Amino acid sequence: MKALAKVLAPLLGLIAVAALFAVMTGAPERYLSATNLRVVLAQTVIVALAALGMTMIIISAGIDLSVGSSIALSSVVTAVALRGGLPPIAALACGVVTGGILGFVNGVSITALRVVPFIATLGMLGIARGLAKYVANQQTVNVPATWINELAVTFPARPWLLFAPGVWLTVILAIVMTLVLRNTVFGRRVFALGSNEAAARACGINTSRLKIQVYALAGLFFGLAGVTQMSRLRQGDPTVAVGTELDVIAAVVIGGGSLSGGEGSIPGAIIGALVMSLLRNGCQQMGWPNYVQEIIIGAIIVIAVAADRYRASRAAETSS
Amino acid sequence: MSLLRLRGLRKRFGATLALDGVDLEVASGEVHALIGENGAGKSTLLNILSGIHRADSGEMSLADAPYAPAGPAEARSRGVAHVHQELALCPHLPVAENIFLGVEPARRGWLRRDLLFDRAVALLAEFGRSEIDPRRRTGDLSLPDRQVVEICRALACDARVILMDEPTSSLQRANVERLFRLINQLRERGIAIVYISHFLEEVREIADRYTVLRDGRSVDGGELRAVRDEQLIEQMVGRAIDGVVDRERRPSSDVVLDVRDLAAPPRLHQAGFELHRGEILGIAGLIGSGRTELIRAIFGLTPSTGRIVMRGNGIGYLSEDRKGEGLALQMSVADNVTITGFSRCAHAGWIDRARQLAQSESIMQRLRIKAPSARAAVHRLSGGNQQKVALGRLLHQDPDVLLLDEPARGVDVGSKSDVYREIGKLAAEGKAILVVSSYLPELFSICDRLAVMTRGRLSAARPISEWTPVSVMEAAIGAPERAA
Repeated sequence: MKALAKVLAPLLGLIAVAALFAVMTGAPERYLSATNLRVVLAQTVIVALAALGMTMIIISAGIDLSVGSSIALSSVVTAVALRGGLPPIAALACGVVTGGILGFVNGVSITALRVVPFIATLGMLGIARGLAKYVANQQTVNVPATWINELAVTFPARPWLLFAPGVWLTVILAIVMTLVLRNTVFGRRVFALGSNEAAARACGINTSRLKIQVYALAGLFFGLAGVTQMSRLRQGDPTVAVGTELDVIAAVVIGGGSLSGGEGSIPGAIIGALVMSLLRNGCQQMGWPNYVQEIIIGAIIVIAVAADRYRASRAAETSS
Repeated sequence: MSLLRLRGLRKRFGATLALDGVDLEVASGEVHALIGENGAGKSTLLNILSGIHRADSGEMSLADAPYAPAGPAEARSRGVAHVHQELALCPHLPVAENIFLGVEPARRGWLRRDLLFDRAVALLAEFGRSEIDPRRRTGDLSLPDRQVVEICRALACDARVILMDEPTSSLQRANVERLFRLINQLRERGIAIVYISHFLEEVREIADRYTVLRDGRSVDGGELRAVRDEQLIEQMVGRAIDGVVDRERRPSSDVVLDVRDLAAPPRLHQAGFELHRGEILGIAGLIGSGRTELIRAIFGLTPSTGRIVMRGNGIGYLSEDRKGEGLALQMSVADNVTITGFSRCAHAGWIDRARQLAQSESIMQRLRIKAPSARAAVHRLSGGNQQKVALGRLLHQDPDVLLLDEPARGVDVGSKSDVYREIGKLAAEGKAILVVSSYLPELFSICDRLAVMTRGRLSAARPISEWTPVSVMEAAIGAPERAA
């Protein structure tokens, strides 16, 4: 019940945005058509996949600013692996593991070197971006046509799939992550870590190991987002996804995540990612310039969090 | 036979010797009071027992087997649990998950929710607290209920020894009694309890034996029944405490602060009083009765209606929440002391470091603040010394009116008397002082007049000689007032 109530607010936001643009475009049947929905979903996949990892990090009271660079490096590594003749599944694994390694390194520098997450991942933002350019030899990396290129297409080759395979993959992983966070010892300890780290430590939980696990696991999702990025562009581009980390963080926060830890939900973050895609798409259909989207999305983030704070303070008043 | 036995425990943190030879023996079914001033090493000792720190030397044994936990996990698995002073719960998690944090019932990594809740229900029921819903968010519970959750957590890992660090510091009397019933239940089960408290009368009520720590050493111990309070206090401070406040002081009749019809609903409905130069006015009342809101309304931190007339320069405020509001813990003693009065040690906006240090050092001397230097960060100081720094800031600010909320909370006996002496001295210098306190002996030893807050309404202030602890308590709980 409570979990449902938490997702309700972002869900209402999602419906409001959809309804608003349906009316404003003057052609609701086109804005809400299956075709446009497919476009929106395909555009959401990258941010949504990354948000699966980011939600976990934010629940643990951490942050990761290196997501955009991690996506770029993973996409380049996947492309180089494909070009080098590796089978697609192995290339995909290379991309995913690349993200995982970056996350692992973040986790180690946060715990062993005691660098606060903001700074540790800010450093990684630069390092991973530089590595991506090095690996790609400062050029885009073209790839042979494989099924990987079909991962995030708007119209899947097999029409019965309805949506791109990447959309289904995201849905399945979102369900898995929801269950992991809700029903495993690991997931509950991630909440405990974010809620009160000292308490978790006093209860004998190895918080350093747990943090490394969180960042590494999240890194795998960033890596997968990187593979998807490559799939959409059909090439590895070391300059892609600059600033994506902010979209991802925004998705988690719109979905009810709290940067002070202990709060956040996977369904909420997915809805948050959808809200932003719908907004972008709606603005495009209205023919509004890019900067209008940027302003609106910025405002939405602040409003979403302010509304959440307001609700929290109301709840505190009624309970006392 | 002793369950827990320590011999010659030593621990050094950098330059400070935190423990310098501690012996302790606790039998099962015994409540053992650990008493001593703040900074005497009690918390360090508990942290070593619960595996957070490791001793440099010395022997520990638990049930006749050597005991040297490598971390909190090992301490818990050996049956030693720590109930923390600042409750160590995760506010976002449900009660049941907090109880079993670290020892969650699970199958191949998946939480067994059914088992988790059943066991939590069973533990809560054992304490007669089955009304606490194990599914409820822990942050929504009242403070005493949260403490029950922490104790249940200790029992969840089959604790044989429970360490309690000032468990009553944030509780009201009724809840203290509830806690004591809980402790007696634990005692009947043969659990050994090491109990830290600053309240001697409380220690007498619950503990069987005691150990006094002073400067990291166990200096005295034995049966509590066989020892008098004066003796305990002397052992704690290592010096006899002199008469606290000069009672010969005479407040003048000049009204410095005149408060009429002050209200800040829902907590404060009606308060009025006059505060005179050189006077100490005490405000008694239960926690939550509106005392803190009164002070905050006068200081302007809580929006209020009413009339306040001030004839004097400056109001100084000492918050009851030292860590949250009172001090900038990362900053130095000097910065904290001078922060409200930088103009006294600055030229054209530039702080004169030499002057700032000199002014801070003279205040450190006056309040007997124990710190490595005025440049030391405040978080490195013991609780009592931190409180003195907070008070020192008011001395530096030098206002005519002082609003002190729980000036001696969580402070050891020696520092307490330093704080009281200073408050008396300030009054003698002509300051007008308002003191809120939950501790009646404190109010009776320092105040000239006293008023009682009951559910947001302040009684008339009367000379302290017209009050007795009983009449104050009666007024506080809202019993019909007796003619004085």
